[in-house]
Amino acid sequence: MPATKPRIATTSLAGCFGCHMSLLDIDERILQLAELVDFDKSPIDDYKQFTQHCAVGLIEGGCCNEENVAVLRDFRTHCDVLVSIGDCATMGGIPALRNMVTIEECMQEAYVSGPSVYNPSGKVPDNPEVPLLLDKVYPAHEVVKIDYHLPGCPPPADTLFAALVALLSDEPIKLPYQLIKYD
Amino acid sequence: MSQTITLKIDGVEIKAQPGQKVIEAADAAGVYIPRLCHKPGLEPFGSCRLCTVLANGRPCSACTTPVVEGMVVENETESLQNFRKQIIEMLFVEGNHFCMFCEKSGNCELQAVAYRFGITAPTFPYQWPHREVDASHPDILIDHNRCILCGRCVRTSRDLDGKHVFDFVGRGCEKKIGVNADSRLADTNADISDQALDACPVGALLRKQTAYQTPIGQRLYDLEPIGSEIESTGNTN
Ligand code: SF4
Ligand code: FES
Repeated sequence: MPATKPRIATTSLAGCFGCHMSLLDIDERILQLAELVDFDKSPIDDYKQFTQHCAVGLIEGGCCNEENVAVLRDFRTHCDVLVSIGDCATMGGIPALRNMVTIEECMQEAYVSGPSVYNPSGKVPDNPEVPLLLDKVYPAHEVVKIDYHLPGCPPPADTLFAALVALLSDEPIKLPYQLIKYD
Repeated sequence: MSQTITLKIDGVEIKAQPGQKVIEAADAAGVYIPRLCHKPGLEPFGSCRLCTVLANGRPCSACTTPVVEGMVVENETESLQNFRKQIIEMLFVEGNHFCMFCEKSGNCELQAVAYRFGITAPTFPYQWPHREVDASHPDILIDHNRCILCGRCVRTSRDLDGKHVFDFVGRGCEKKIGVNADSRLADTNADISDQALDACPVGALLRKQTAYQTPIGQRLYDLEPIGSEIESTGNTN
């Protein structure tokens, strides 16, 4: 086994895991990918921490809380190249719909007055275990430097695969028109 | 009198008719100049500046500038393309454009120019302005989050529908589309058959109950970039 396979890390911040599902949608090409890379910190192998420096980090989701920011900074430190995948990472996505209301209104709706809320205490959770929300949801590139963006909700499996193969073989990412879409 | 005018766009000679605007002559010759507020059949407006070209070295909007004999037009230069890219990016961050659930996605001209320019994420910070949705009318809705203030609905309603349902109100970042009633679209004489509804390049002005009818892959800009319809029909003579 070649000891020098590049390593790749992935994470889902304020996202829905849809981009990771799309990555799995590359089907049997995942074997090809496994030939090319070793996975480090990622929900795919369930490594919770970085074990080594990585060539590529894939970021799904933007930052909605302080934990997202910490993880994203950790990725920036441990990866040569960071790629934002999906609309949540590139523009905030559905979580960013709360950016048009104040955080108080948002918490009120979610925990107190929303139509499906059952919360007799009428209190908004305030536990040090729960990461603090940021004032807004930020796309990843507004928090750390991001090298490439692959929009889409989610980006098609073909987009992710083509971009990864290009990155791992040191080619420029040149995607056909049909593969860059915002929906 | 129908003498022909000759001008050059990016070094290629094209013929034009007197009175034509640069963008019209370019369209007829199969040269695409990016645009958003321009729509054939409407009075030129010149507000989005996406069609900015250099005409004899001076920046001007191709949709409002008349052709002149011997004019030298620069269109696809790197600096103009970068400038246009920034305009598109600004339109994205200045509104709230959630393409992933927008009814207009795939058929939206703003999204389509962004695709054509290969924009994957804007370089400017998002503004997240607070904007309203007016869904009061039984058949039509206005989502101000998506409006790019191109004025195409204003001109269409006024000049083609003869109604003047829409106009601009407010200034600066407060500027928005207002309706010809105290507050709501429902109180105007806007009608589902108004041509103004087809004029909107984005998903700001929509007919209700018509969303998501075209499958992904068959929408206007799924496979071919905006402008390719112009580039494929024109004859560069
Ligand atoms: S509603 Fe549509 S057509 Fe009217 S100004 Fe806004 S973007 Fe333009
Ligand atoms: S298309 Fe010419 S300024 Fe908008």
